[in-house]
Amino acid sequence: MLALNNVEVIYNDVILVLKGMSLEVPQGKIVALLGSNGAGKSTTLKAISGLLKPEDGEVTDGEILFEGEKIHELEAANVVRRGIFQVMEGRRVFEHLDVEQNLIAGSYTRSDRQNVRQDIDVVYEYFPRLKERRRQTAGYLSGGEQQMLAIGRALMARPKLMMLDEPSLGLAPLLVREIFSIIRRINQEQGTTILLVEQNARIALDVADYAYIMENGRIVLTGEPAQLRDNADVREFYLGLNEVGTRKSYRDVKHYKRRKRWLS
Amino acid sequence: MDKFLQLTLTGLTNGAIFALVALGFVLIYKASDVINFAQGDFLLVGAYLTFGLISQVGLPWSVGMLIAIVVAVLLGIVVERLVLRPLIGEPIISVIMVTIGLSSLLRSVVIWIWGTMGAQFPSFLPSQPINVFGAVVPADRFIAIGLAAVLLVVFTLFFRYSREGIAMRATADDQQAALSMGISVQKIFAIAWSIAAVTAVLAGIIVANITELSFFAVSSIGLHVFPVVILGGLDSIPGAIIGGLIIGLLESYVGGYTPSALALRTVFPFIVLIIILMIKPYGLFGEERIERV
Repeated sequence: MLALNNVEVIYNDVILVLKGMSLEVPQGKIVALLGSNGAGKSTTLKAISGLLKPEDGEVTDGEILFEGEKIHELEAANVVRRGIFQVMEGRRVFEHLDVEQNLIAGSYTRSDRQNVRQDIDVVYEYFPRLKERRRQTAGYLSGGEQQMLAIGRALMARPKLMMLDEPSLGLAPLLVREIFSIIRRINQEQGTTILLVEQNARIALDVADYAYIMENGRIVLTGEPAQLRDNADVREFYLGLNEVGTRKSYRDVKHYKRRKRWLS
Repeated sequence: MDKFLQLTLTGLTNGAIFALVALGFVLIYKASDVINFAQGDFLLVGAYLTFGLISQVGLPWSVGMLIAIVVAVLLGIVVERLVLRPLIGEPIISVIMVTIGLSSLLRSVVIWIWGTMGAQFPSFLPSQPINVFGAVVPADRFIAIGLAAVLLVVFTLFFRYSREGIAMRATADDQQAALSMGISVQKIFAIAWSIAAVTAVLAGIIVANITELSFFAVSSIGLHVFPVVILGGLDSIPGAIIGGLIIGLLESYVGGYTPSALALRTVFPFIVLIIILMIKPYGLFGEERIERV
């Protein structure tokens, strides 16, 4: 459904952030994109959704295909119209609008206005807490409620592909579970394909059908969650697991070398 | 008592005109967070353009006014295309500086074409005096109040319920997030500037109708927009109306009850402005910055 082929992104004409990034998101699946800070995960999403331009970023090489058509030269508004919706990092709800107005803003590109009302109810069904707070100013909602609103707002656009940028950011572990189970439900019930960017590798691997790990602007590892969970590097660097009871060995000392191999 | 009533009615009509100008200002601020220093100059453009079309070209007043409104809409679109679009993503302060430049430009064009001399405006609004409880007020002043009231209702509904209006407020809140909703920020800016220019042009026509066409009289009304919006709150539509009326009334009373030699009338709005800023920094109805604790 979505394919990135050797995408290169440069900020301010000099800073090379994505260095030949390739990735594929099949229809109806949840794909996770993992990586440490500064790996280029958010840049990847912005390259897809057309939000690089306001930040002086540019796709300089490679191509981004959505349903077989090139989309990396489209304006952000047209990308949304094609059916790709990005839920930005840090929730970014419209603080001075109330909950329902935020949802209406999410439906901005819809041409079937008569169904908007009905879709607001669908969102309330997924997030009953938003219904209780429908007339409240979004800026005063709790972090978890704001994340729910951000996802609900994305649902209002009825996207084919929803891209979530760190939905777990700053949320309590229980709430993270709740939100991820709803993401799963949305994927199954609405048939929405999901591309998920996460720092929290554990929960992302639980929910995803397939995962990519990126370092320094390109993909370094791919596989199904089960495979990745067994990978020694992933266990150590992303899941924080260590071989329990083993003595500090030559392997531990060579950490940095393994990491370096990824980076090069 | 008669004097009081007379001053009140004069104050209210002046206030309604201030409110009209302030409405456009608030609209731009709401959509883009930009403080538009050129708002008062749209007034000049409206008044002089209408004068030119009716008195100098000889068009009927309805056609002249219609053309002036169309020009205002185009002005909004041109400003967005040439001035704002290249500055998307730049700091707001750059855009604000650009509006100061725009203000000089509009003034210069008006002076270049028409000069600063006063002229007799072809008053086409009915101006027969209406007697209100002993005070005499010309009818055209009521038109100003009526127009302000209608626009208040229309704009309030627009921002609360219409999709375009909500999109405008969303854009003001978080431009990038608005982009990610598929909201075209360029279109929103163009709409906001066009509506702002139209309200100002209408206000300019009314001012010229009520008094006479004079560069300094019209541009001094433009200056009032700042005390009005700061009093009412930069982003509040009801604030613009109520702020306008308060400033209009204050000016009228101060002018009526103090010796005119002191010229307190012109200073007073700014004294109020300073006091308001000390007590309520967001104005009477302004949106407070939201901080979650």
